[in-house]
Amino acid sequence: MTVSFVLLALLTLSAAVAAMSMPRLIHCALALAVAFTGLGGIFLNLGAEFVGLAQLLVYVGAVAILIVFAILLTRGSEVSMRPGARSAISGTVIALAVFAVLAHAVLTSGVSRMATTAVTPSNRVQEIGVTLLQQYVLPLEVIALLLTAALIGAVILAWREKSPAAQEGAETR
Amino acid sequence: MNGYFAMATGLAERVDQIFVTFDHWAVTNTPEPLRWLVSILLIVVPILAVFPGLFALTTVLERKGLGRIQNRYGPNRVGPYGLLQPIADAVKSLTKEDVVPRTADGVVHYLAPLVIVSTAFLAYAVLPVGRNMIAVHLDAGLLFFFAIGSATELAVFMAGWSSRNKYSLLGAMRAIAQMISYEVPLILSSIAVIMIAGTLSPEKIVLEQAQYTGIFPHWYVFTPWGFAGFLLFMTAAAAETNRSPFDLPEGESEIIAGYFVEYSGFKFALFFLAEYLEIFAVSGLGITLFLGGWSAPLSFLAVIPSWIWFFAKLLVMIGVFIWVRGTMPRLRMDQLMNFAWKFMLPMALIDMVCAGVWRFLPGGALWVVLRWLICAAIIVVPYVALARGLEQGRKIEQRVYRYAEEG
Repeated sequence: MTVSFVLLALLTLSAAVAAMSMPRLIHCALALAVAFTGLGGIFLNLGAEFVGLAQLLVYVGAVAILIVFAILLTRGSEVSMRPGARSAISGTVIALAVFAVLAHAVLTSGVSRMATTAVTPSNRVQEIGVTLLQQYVLPLEVIALLLTAALIGAVILAWREKSPAAQEGAETR
Repeated sequence: MNGYFAMATGLAERVDQIFVTFDHWAVTNTPEPLRWLVSILLIVVPILAVFPGLFALTTVLERKGLGRIQNRYGPNRVGPYGLLQPIADAVKSLTKEDVVPRTADGVVHYLAPLVIVSTAFLAYAVLPVGRNMIAVHLDAGLLFFFAIGSATELAVFMAGWSSRNKYSLLGAMRAIAQMISYEVPLILSSIAVIMIAGTLSPEKIVLEQAQYTGIFPHWYVFTPWGFAGFLLFMTAAAAETNRSPFDLPEGESEIIAGYFVEYSGFKFALFFLAEYLEIFAVSGLGITLFLGGWSAPLSFLAVIPSWIWFFAKLLVMIGVFIWVRGTMPRLRMDQLMNFAWKFMLPMALIDMVCAGVWRFLPGGALWVVLRWLICAAIIVVPYVALARGLEQGRKIEQRVYRYAEEG
């Protein structure tokens, strides 16, 4: 427990709490981005350079922007949302239940029974790259295929809505 | 004669490493409990001093250069040749009233310029400005640079959204769309360099290029894939930093000033500073990746200190940026997007393939020429085909003016 870890953990946790409790949706999204940054900082603090920087690049650079854009395009910036106080109890119960199931699954899986020896993290990006493209090349390619399919699917969905009826107002491209 | 030569190279070496030596001396001569502070300050303070100084210089150069291009004088009232103009600008921006719109989101509005400036400064942490002169020795330095750069988008959004102004929101949307689109070719074109150098560390990439055959350096820009990659990288960099001809997010004539229209006084100056810091940082990265970083262009010129070479290259890049700004018209939004996705992205992918071919072709005596020709063909043929295809049979002709008379 170093000072930097405590600071980063506090930042991440308070940003996560803020992301859940702020009245404005955009503020929540920005607080979530701060939480992502704090998480990336924790990875970097642990010496996992690649994971930490990828966390920043993907979550802060792409996911947070995507969330913010989605909010902006669907709701408009004026909408102010109160978090539903009525469903607080049921929400807590559901969250606890999900946590219990996940914790049970993790604890009974093979991962928890593996010997936990302290290994100095091999943070060399080169090693990660070599492992990814040699040992795990098949899963990588499968994931790439899946993502490509998802991308094409999204494009097709976006196309269909425009083509039949809404010709006059739609963009020509 | 030999003695003189040895002395000269020794002296050059000392001048080259003068800052590193000073750094080391200062740290070892401070009492133990304060060492960490001194070593941090000695890294941070030069970055905080040099690059804003360069920014001040660039504002004058830019206005002078644009003035020349547009056949006028530019600033010439403050100091000799208008050189003290940045000081006048600083005083002006510090004394101006800080206006925050009544409906603005106060906290986010306040934070946006701070976030954008701090991320712009963070990018310099992994930029080698001279031999052994880099703030943080990161194995994944390039990844850090791009990760930090992607945080700028969020700051731009914060500025545009919190101002509660339709123009600033439009500007922010444009800026983010543009940044996301051009980030892809920016990163992909640097992947070619990573493939050849086999490392993500900017220092090692420069060391790879700081070798000489005869008197000529091994800069990546002198290879077919490097040349194409450099052009792609700098084009994408201009778009990333909202430089003309990609300055749609700020288009003065259509959306006033885009995302920072509601900022005044010093906060506006911070946006201005951040924009230039990003230009310097990304130009510095382009120099590091393709132009040999701090290495001298000819082997015998290595007597001139490495940091002078880096900043000389940086100034040349800034000059090119000013030149482009003065001569190119602004793109339209659809042209911008088409250019990114239909031209830049395929070319960046082809460039990666070319780098792979370059890497695995044998390096015999005959093969040196052959390899060069093969790789050049891999770049040029798709380039011509792509350009022809995108033209779609349209011919580029001289523009006919219907109302204006030609002089």
